[in-house]
Amino acid sequence: MQTFTYEIKDEIGIHARPAGLLVKAAKGLSSKASMEFGGKSADMTKLFAIMGLGVKQGDTITVNVEGPGEEADAATLERLLSENL
Amino acid sequence: MITLRGKGVSEGVAFGKLFFTRDHTANAVRTASGDAELELRRLKDAMKLASEQLEKLYAAALDAVGEKEAEIFQIHQLMLEDDDYQDFIRNMIESEKVNAESAVSAAADNFAQMFSEMDDPYMQGRTVDVRDISGRITRALMGEEDDQTSLSEKHIVGAEDITPSQALQLDKSLAMGFVTVGGSQTSHTAILARTMNVPAVIGVKELLCPEYEGLDCIADGFTGVVYLDPDEATIALYKAKEAELREKARLLEQMKGEKTATLSGQQIRLYANIGGLADIDAVLANDAEGVGLFRTEFIFLESERCPTEDEQFAIYKEALERLKCPIVFRTMDIGADKQAPWLSLKQEENPALGLRGARLCLARRELFEAQLRALYRASAFGKAAIMFPMIISKNEVLEIKEIAQNVRAGLTESGIAFDPSVELGVMIETPASVMISGELAEEVDFFSIGTNDLTQYTLALDRQNKELDRFYDPHHPAVIRMIRMVAQNAHAKGIWVGICGELGADMGLTDVFVEMGIDELSVSPSKILGIRAKVRAHP
Repeated sequence: MQTFTYEIKDEIGIHARPAGLLVKAAKGLSSKASMEFGGKSADMTKLFAIMGLGVKQGDTITVNVEGPGEEADAATLERLLSENL
Repeated sequence: MITLRGKGVSEGVAFGKLFFTRDHTANAVRTASGDAELELRRLKDAMKLASEQLEKLYAAALDAVGEKEAEIFQIHQLMLEDDDYQDFIRNMIESEKVNAESAVSAAADNFAQMFSEMDDPYMQGRTVDVRDISGRITRALMGEEDDQTSLSEKHIVGAEDITPSQALQLDKSLAMGFVTVGGSQTSHTAILARTMNVPAVIGVKELLCPEYEGLDCIADGFTGVVYLDPDEATIALYKAKEAELREKARLLEQMKGEKTATLSGQQIRLYANIGGLADIDAVLANDAEGVGLFRTEFIFLESERCPTEDEQFAIYKEALERLKCPIVFRTMDIGADKQAPWLSLKQEENPALGLRGARLCLARRELFEAQLRALYRASAFGKAAIMFPMIISKNEVLEIKEIAQNVRAGLTESGIAFDPSVELGVMIETPASVMISGELAEEVDFFSIGTNDLTQYTLALDRQNKELDRFYDPHHPAVIRMIRMVAQNAHAKGIWVGICGELGADMGLTDVFVEMGIDELSVSPSKILGIRAKVRAHP
């Protein structure tokens, strides 16, 4: 399993647009990705679940990626996060 | 006449009969269905239809309002496809043996509640998206047409909340304005209303009273006031306001995209003064060619603590990216009448002559350096210039330039991108800086004349003091001669000079400034077009 953390820099936190981008990306991955924050975990292919975590600017999320190609998939997600959030 | 109050989120004045939209999920009747298979099949078909509608809406919105605002329909598509949302509906159909309509309605309630219980206003605003997609599926289930009002006369749309699809599907020639009970400044509806140029008022608590429907209504998107059954005087007032707006729009149409140049071809850059990101829409709407004064101090004054370098960077970057035109950032001009509690500045006997402007920047180096770093970092994303307020000596300018040089060196060392050609300028707003403007011009790339302070310091006259009005002459020859002197000294050394004080917008002086060869006028956004017309009429 690949795990990394990321601090959200976007002013409104994980809002609909970047959440939608994450979901679209996660759906195309060969491994399974989830996002943890505030003691809750959300499957990254689920838009409502991700938005429901209520991640705000300055919060640090933990992303877990597990499955075949997890290294490349984690890198994809990390880049997507840094470009959009 | 009934007066209701809310918050104006899209400027303009709308006249029409008030008409309420309905929430379709609320009409879903819960019935038992013995055939879960059938209901699931109906659901699947409805989902497919809804998804196709969203694709079409996205394409239509791309044309109508651009990619940024159209994106909401792609997000709706993802919401529609969300596993949790779909599972909720399917489970309910299977376990409770209900019809698809009521399962969708329950899912809408469930997910809307999730968002409404979140503590963030943005997330609370997403309840409307949940209602929107659920309503879309419900209509598809019930075989109803996609949202269309059958009204044939001009009306104002009233609703608990207007969904983005409703907003985009309204007939713009008939739907004159939006008024809602809920909503927020950042809701897609507010943004869409602004993009579509439809006046909108949100947060009108008492709106949905059945007897209000069909009443004549005026919605004021500036003040957020909604009048029902308005009296003669109010109607006359708003007709006049509407005429004024139309005249402005006409001028805009005429002057938009036109060059700001005299009949003989002398060009002047016509820029806007802004206090923050909130003014960007006005800059764009009035077709300013750039920003000649970004008052960065508001970022500091509006904050309860010192804004970090990253926070500042994000603001400057957004301004440059959204405006795509040159922006002159003035470093924080705090002190005198502008105070921030967290700075804990000492009470001064004479604040107008106190620790302010560049003096404060130099006294609080760490704040100044953080701001310069943020500005330079942002410069990689557009065309930025930086200017420094309240200069009285060449030594101050040299010290500032050295700090800026160190900041640039630090960024280069850390491999952070910035624009090395950022112009540095000073504000000319003290008589001292006018007298040494020849020497200052050798050190900087431009001057910007701050006529408000320059007038106050030259005439030794406090503009806040009403009793001094009879002694005050905004066109005092001393001030006009000073401006001329600064322009001559600037041009002699080959640098450009602008005016960013109130005098810049004084149409009685536009001809004088043109003759002096002033290169740039920076005024409040609403003054731009009038001045453009004035310059274009100059021989």
